[in-house]
Amino acid sequence: MSKVIVVTSGKGGVGKTTSTASLGAALAQSGRRVCVVDFDVGLRNLDLVMGAERRVVFDFINVAQGDAKLPQALIRDKRIDTLHLLAASQTRDKDALTTEGVERVIGELRNSFDWVLCDSPSGIERGALLAMRYADQAIVVANPEVSSVRDSDRIIGLLDSKTLRAERGEQMDKQLLLTRFDPARSSSGEMLSIDDVLEILSIPLLGVIPESKEILRASNIGAPVTMNASAGQARLAYLEAARRLSGETVPVAIPDEKKTFFTRLFGRRAA
Amino acid sequence: MSLFGFLKSRSSAPVARERLQILLAHERVALGPRDLVTILRDELLATIARHIEFDPDKLSVRMDRADAMSTLEIEVEIPSDKIATGASRIGPGAQASAA
Repeated sequence: MSKVIVVTSGKGGVGKTTSTASLGAALAQSGRRVCVVDFDVGLRNLDLVMGAERRVVFDFINVAQGDAKLPQALIRDKRIDTLHLLAASQTRDKDALTTEGVERVIGELRNSFDWVLCDSPSGIERGALLAMRYADQAIVVANPEVSSVRDSDRIIGLLDSKTLRAERGEQMDKQLLLTRFDPARSSSGEMLSIDDVLEILSIPLLGVIPESKEILRASNIGAPVTMNASAGQARLAYLEAARRLSGETVPVAIPDEKKTFFTRLFGRRAA
Repeated sequence: MSLFGFLKSRSSAPVARERLQILLAHERVALGPRDLVTILRDELLATIARHIEFDPDKLSVRMDRADAMSTLEIEVEIPSDKIATGASRIGPGAQASAA
């Protein structure tokens, strides 16, 4: 049975696109058919992060409006056979996406894929609402930072009211993906802790992605961090999050604390 | 300032947590699904505020549902000196409706 997942956050720049690409690649590596879908009309970037920016011919809006067939618009990843991308339109207006068009395209994607990961635009406008509307479950991406946590809370409220599942009175599963986490700064009390964020948002934890240089490198070269052979912590964290997403029970490993001089001296005193 | 005062000043996360908890408690009520008590509270606030100056936090609206009978309890705390102000504020409104 296929699963449609929206990757959303409210706030921009917290890691929705990176997370969509990384989780999509991780899921596809285990042989499941995965499509990552860019909903950010006019500001598409998933193609770039996936390293497929020069291969986009047809996009989501072409398919939604019937100008192209879905298989024509799907871009198959050159590294992982079972991974596909449906790009957003870069030239069209955001209003070109209609509820009916999105519903039809998502329906078609359900028939062809095990996992459909929808990369939501930031904000709480039409594009973000359409990205979540037909989802079965949601990944809420947040940074341990006040504005991001506040926006995530707002998005959780919308997931519980503006989605088709919510309107039918069904449960909308939501999981938190905490990104750009810095264990040392958190333990010294400079940054919200994982428990702080979980307590405030009260949704289950999908994973914690440590702040890492690998992530920028991955987008620089257009290869999601989970495709990389090196064993960095961010890569491992995404791989584990993908396993949790597919139902495995994997304990959340808190990234190693790189102890600073002061935390080594005083332990968790300041936390 | 203690010897470790500089450490304490680094610890801003508890402040962040507390600010968020307070803010979100308010926003969830204001933006979330509105129940009957919330709607009543907002409309009562607007009605009372038209006539009397008072602190919105001093209005409590409570509904107790039971099988046989439900009760709606509205409690407004108004400082005694504001009642007179209230009467004078009704004035212009009455004139406007007469004109």
